[in-house]
Amino acid sequence: MTEEPAYALFPDTEAQRAPSSAPEVPREPILRLTDVGKTYRSGSLTVEALRGVTLTVDEGDFVAIMGPSGSGKSTLMHILGCLDVPTTGAYRLAGEDVSAMRESQLADVRNRRIGFVFQQFNLLATMSAWRNVELPLVYAGLSRPERKARALASLARVGLADRVDHRPGELSGGQQQRVSVARALVTDPQLLLADEPTGNLDSASTEDVLALFDELNDQGRTIVIITHEQDVADRAHRSVQIRDGRFIDAAAVHTRVGSGR
Amino acid sequence: MSWLETLRTAYDAIRTRRMRSALTMLGILIGIAAVMLTVGLGQGAQQQVASQIDKLGSNLLIVSPGSTTSLTGVRGGRGSATTLTTADAVMLADPSVAPDVKAVAPTSTTQASLTADGTNWTTSVVGTTPSWPEVRARTLSSGRFFTAEELADAQTEAVLGQTTAQELFGARDPVGQQVSIGSQPFTVIGVLATVGSTVGGDQDDQAVVPATTYADVVSPGAGTSVSSIYLEAAGQDVLSAAYQEADNALLTSHGVSATDADFTLSSQQSIVQTATSTSRTLTVLLGGIAAISLLVGGIGVMNIMLVSVTERIREIGLRKALGATPRVIRRQFLTEASLLGLAGGVLGLLLGVLGAAFLPSLIGQPVTVSTVAAVAAIAISVVIGVVAGVYPASRAARLSPIDALRSE
Ligand SMILES: Nc1ncnc2c1ncn2[C@@H]1O[C@H](COP(=O)(O)OP(=O)(O)OP(=O)(O)O)[C@@H](O)[C@H]1O
Ligand SMILES: [Mg+2]
Repeated sequence: MTEEPAYALFPDTEAQRAPSSAPEVPREPILRLTDVGKTYRSGSLTVEALRGVTLTVDEGDFVAIMGPSGSGKSTLMHILGCLDVPTTGAYRLAGEDVSAMRESQLADVRNRRIGFVFQQFNLLATMSAWRNVELPLVYAGLSRPERKARALASLARVGLADRVDHRPGELSGGQQQRVSVARALVTDPQLLLADEPTGNLDSASTEDVLALFDELNDQGRTIVIITHEQDVADRAHRSVQIRDGRFIDAAAVHTRVGSGR
Repeated sequence: MSWLETLRTAYDAIRTRRMRSALTMLGILIGIAAVMLTVGLGQGAQQQVASQIDKLGSNLLIVSPGSTTSLTGVRGGRGSATTLTTADAVMLADPSVAPDVKAVAPTSTTQASLTADGTNWTTSVVGTTPSWPEVRARTLSSGRFFTAEELADAQTEAVLGQTTAQELFGARDPVGQQVSIGSQPFTVIGVLATVGSTVGGDQDDQAVVPATTYADVVSPGAGTSVSSIYLEAAGQDVLSAAYQEADNALLTSHGVSATDADFTLSSQQSIVQTATSTSRTLTVLLGGIAAISLLVGGIGVMNIMLVSVTERIREIGLRKALGATPRVIRRQFLTEASLLGLAGGVLGLLLGVLGAAFLPSLIGQPVTVSTVAAVAAIAISVVIGVVAGVYPASRAARLSPIDALRSE
């Protein structure tokens, strides 16, 4: 099962996607951020986490976001993942104006289109690995046997086939990270957003996860990844640098050299 | 998300926090059991009183001398006056006067000492007419009741209650034996079947004699006055007609208006009402206290749900991040609260039923658990669960996913 390409496991979601992958001219980028700002206010204190960020990501792209701690990477990622709304600017996801959506529609978008790998894993401590992984499918309305099959397949893809019944507390940091990757993949999302997915992994596990991302990207999934590590960023098609809530060189697109894949 | 899935998630959440869920349920459980038992006790007491009054006789009207309706209270109280006579009984027995009255039994009662073979027993001696067994719905376990001829001849014959016969004759058959009432010897001709106690006292401890004999030898000073007249209406449907007829006939023959009536006419229902109103007040009071404990249980559920929302704020954030809509989150917490309420209610019901089974043997009072009460108990606990869950549930549903995820 692990050898099969991911989309073969998810025939119906593949069918759902069919219209959007039909040739369109001009093709709408999957992500389009226009002059997005985010200001946090807590009492008299305001923090401008993002100051006018513009970014377009085409379908099938693989983008790495780099920047020092506190530069606004996670904030940006949360906006991209529809977990938070920008204070200013516009955000369109797959052609739809996200800022105009109601909370229930946003929940639906998060569920159907986006797989999110959190910086702090965010696994439920009381549930086993596979129960954690099946959660997005619960909200997608799949039947229990189907959910379990997909969750197990997804865990197998990240190399945790033998840990499916373990709770997060019984797993190492790297294993927990992989469970959260498996959960992001389980819905076979169009868009994979990962906030430092390899931050807690050793070089071997990092390589496994990155190979998985490469594979998913080859299958046409769009990936945006936050990382501190240059060699992780090098795997992406391009990388952008963020500092103090701004891209330092919006034009700086480092196209990946070589195509070993 | 399907209802089944919501239920499953709620069940998992409850099971994961076993101890806390159990304590929450305990609050509801105790409340429901307390309400059921107090209400059951009250209903049991009321039914007991009602069945005792049923034993007085069916479709019964009772005329007592004196008035209790007097505002001044100058006239003698009910039962103490001597305004009722055997003539009143004869008049009421006339079908042309009171067509809906089927049978009339005037009674006079006094305490007297009975002696049989050197055994003494003090009890109430009742002087009445042969219609008494019918009117009072009594049967005989052995022997017979006296006849109209024997009444006319003022025979010295007595019918004994079960207890009286037991006390005087022990295991021997009393029928045909001699018993002295005061100094006058009587022949025992029958023994009444047992009915137990009623509001009027122990109905198994009495001696019944012909009214004429009673006036001659048992209580010669009483003359023709009687202590009460029992009337049996021809049926349940003509009870109020019989009441009106008797009332009018007595007012006319006594020559008084309704406002200064020298008698009191009461129906079986009015006696039931008087007798049960006290126990009802007690039931309401106790039930109220029990209801407060149920309310406290409900607040307990609410408290737990609020703590649960606060404690699981990251979980809620995560679930929302993964695609749970506010409606789904709200439904999940509501379901959780209702399940807690339902479980507490079912357990409380079980405890209440168990209590109703064992309590009577401890306190000697019947406890009634009706299906209505059981269904109500379950319904109330679910409602408590839902009400207690609404606020925490909507709080959880309103949280923004990222704020919830970030909170510690
Ligand atoms: N909820 C919040 N309220 C106030 N300020 C916030 C909030 N979240 C983030 N910030 C601030 O916004 C800035 C950007 O935070 P963010 O989490 O996006 O940084 P980051 O680039 O992801 O850092 P790291 O690499 O350490 O994860 C920081 O200065 C942070 O203090
Ligand atoms: Mg971050």
